[in-house]
Amino acid sequence: MPLLENGRAVADRWTYAVEGEPLSEGPVIVPSSRLSEGLGRAGGELGVLLAPDEAAETLRAALAKLSLVAVRFPIFRDGRAFSQARALREHLHFKGEVRAVGHILPDQYEFLMRCGVTTVEVPENADISVWSAALQRFSVAMQPSIASEKATGFGLRRFLDVAG
Amino acid sequence: MSTETLVRQDSAAPPVGRYAYDQVDRDFLRDRIEQFRDQVSRRISGALTEDEFKPLRLMNGLYLQLHAYMLRVAVPYGTLDSRQMRALARIAREFDRGYGHFTTRQNIQFNWIKLEDTPAALEVLAEADMHAIQTSGNCIRNVTSDEFAGAAADELLDPRIHAEILRQWSTLHPEFTFLPRKFKIAISGSPNDRVAARFHDIGLIARPGDDGAPLFEVFVGGGLGRTPIVGVSLRDDLPEEDLIAYLEAILRVYNEYGRRDNIYKARIKILVQALGPDVFRQKVEAEFAAMDRARYRLHPSIVTAIGERFGAPHFEPEDGATAVLAAARAADRTFDGWVRTNTHPHRAPGYISVVVSLKPAGGIPGDATDAQLDLLADLADEFSFGEIRVTHLQNVVLGHVRQDRLQELWRRLDAAGLGTANINFISDIIACPGLDYCALANARSIPISQKLSQRFADITLQREIGELRLNISGCINACGHHHAAHIGILGVDKRGEEAFQITLGGSGEQDASVGQILGPAMTEDDTVDAVSRLVDLYLARREGSERFLDTFRRLGTAAFKDVVYAAA
Repeated sequence: MPLLENGRAVADRWTYAVEGEPLSEGPVIVPSSRLSEGLGRAGGELGVLLAPDEAAETLRAALAKLSLVAVRFPIFRDGRAFSQARALREHLHFKGEVRAVGHILPDQYEFLMRCGVTTVEVPENADISVWSAALQRFSVAMQPSIASEKATGFGLRRFLDVAG
Repeated sequence: MSTETLVRQDSAAPPVGRYAYDQVDRDFLRDRIEQFRDQVSRRISGALTEDEFKPLRLMNGLYLQLHAYMLRVAVPYGTLDSRQMRALARIAREFDRGYGHFTTRQNIQFNWIKLEDTPAALEVLAEADMHAIQTSGNCIRNVTSDEFAGAAADELLDPRIHAEILRQWSTLHPEFTFLPRKFKIAISGSPNDRVAARFHDIGLIARPGDDGAPLFEVFVGGGLGRTPIVGVSLRDDLPEEDLIAYLEAILRVYNEYGRRDNIYKARIKILVQALGPDVFRQKVEAEFAAMDRARYRLHPSIVTAIGERFGAPHFEPEDGATAVLAAARAADRTFDGWVRTNTHPHRAPGYISVVVSLKPAGGIPGDATDAQLDLLADLADEFSFGEIRVTHLQNVVLGHVRQDRLQELWRRLDAAGLGTANINFISDIIACPGLDYCALANARSIPISQKLSQRFADITLQREIGELRLNISGCINACGHHHAAHIGILGVDKRGEEAFQITLGGSGEQDASVGQILGPAMTEDDTVDAVSRLVDLYLARREGSERFLDTFRRLGTAAFKDVVYAAA
């Protein structure tokens, strides 16, 4: 699945744990049910896929050993992942990669980045230009966010420069 | 200098009572229209499925109703200027069938819009600094406020600056645009609740603290709909600087824990009840304690800067205006009757607020023609600093009228069919669009509303009955606020026929209560007769200055039930 970072397709070095099989070498994303198994693995970077009904807080103890946390949209209308991503950054001060996966629309891309998401998995046939354009759509936002955008100097407004 | 010249504002001055857009706000709206245009074209190309397009369309205010698209235009905190009202008249004329419909959330909706005309209609709105953003969808909706804000003698704090701050904060909010369900916020600065604060997802009552800085009482989890619930007070003393942070905390708890498996159980009121108010409060307080408060701090300088973009009315000295009005009332009983019902005391000597009734006898509640909208714009310019307010009771307010010019204003309104003297009377009916327009409705709300309005058309009788709130909803979703009415009427489907159920004893004010169901549903005509008998009983049994609601609360349901069902 293509992976986007700052509106551009990038190589994905991560693989997902396969159910019923031992964890592979290299960077691997496990479901939270296999977190201790992942932490017990000898080497390689570890990522966790948080389910929509799991609080980011449950990762607090393990977070220092994680390089990636993925948040999932079962359907694009289910916005819990926005709060999970924001909590990872704001409450847990997570500095690693936050990845959004599942059913996501380009129209949500800017919101995701403003909630602290770094990478987004998009469908195989996705038109990347639509996703890139979505980050250029607005030049200001009307409220503070976890992305700490520069204030414009009036009201709550922030300069949006999410496309980098 | 004529009075007319005196009340006209300098065209460069900010609009009275509302926030003046700057180029950044205008560019933002343009970008939003382009985004919607792009979404429409992606829908047409098939890049977006209908299921994916629908929430995006709704967040631009566009509903698909029974016969056509409906465009719901936001009127932030219910305040418009005359230029904006003329833009609405133009939309009614050019894109609808010559009228618009004011809603209980202080918005206006147009019921006959063609999808292909929508971007052009949005352009007309944008030229007048208006939009339809977040008037639908599972996001934070248009923030409503007191229709007498900044004018009422009983007001402690004008809530509209904070309402504007909340409008900006909630616009395209990155975290709260895909909530479990819609989210409605109301704010008032008067101890006399005219915004139904206790029936909102969040209701805010502002007041100055001991040091003069604003404090907010925060109600949460109120609502009507299928499960009417009076909101609980979460805290009484929220300082202004924490307003955004605390609302973020509430929304975060809701976004995380609100139900997403059943849309009828997804509102925050269900979550507050399921957790219990104390556990809900603990979760909010825990989030509030953990969050980076500095990031969300609402610094007083921000409030000042946004407040400076509001125009203020320049009041002239009283100069005998009160005496002129008193003399005019003494000389003209019809005028006097209208003044009694359709005005509200103003904080400035010599001024008064006027409620223009959009409920003529036999009319459709909240409807106004393009000509009436244009006239209201002209009258606002001549009599009220160009400022107009929409009320959640589906009427229109001119907030700052000189008392010595009130009779002239009344004559102009009356000549245009806008002089009905029935505010807060039984014919000042709230009605949802019902089955005439709405895809969700079980019954038509408008015809029964018109029949009731005709039945009680005699203004002498209405005056005798006094304050009586009658609201009609065409289905259980309760858009007509029937639960919060002294007499509520709910349209139901009874074996394939339209029927109506009566509830009694509801109130949306500071004595908020949910109406109780009186008995089995009846036909439209029987319901109209039943309302007559309820009113007759009240007139026979009331004591002193009791309102219908007071008599009902004293006597209880049984007596009222008897007169409706024993007679049948």
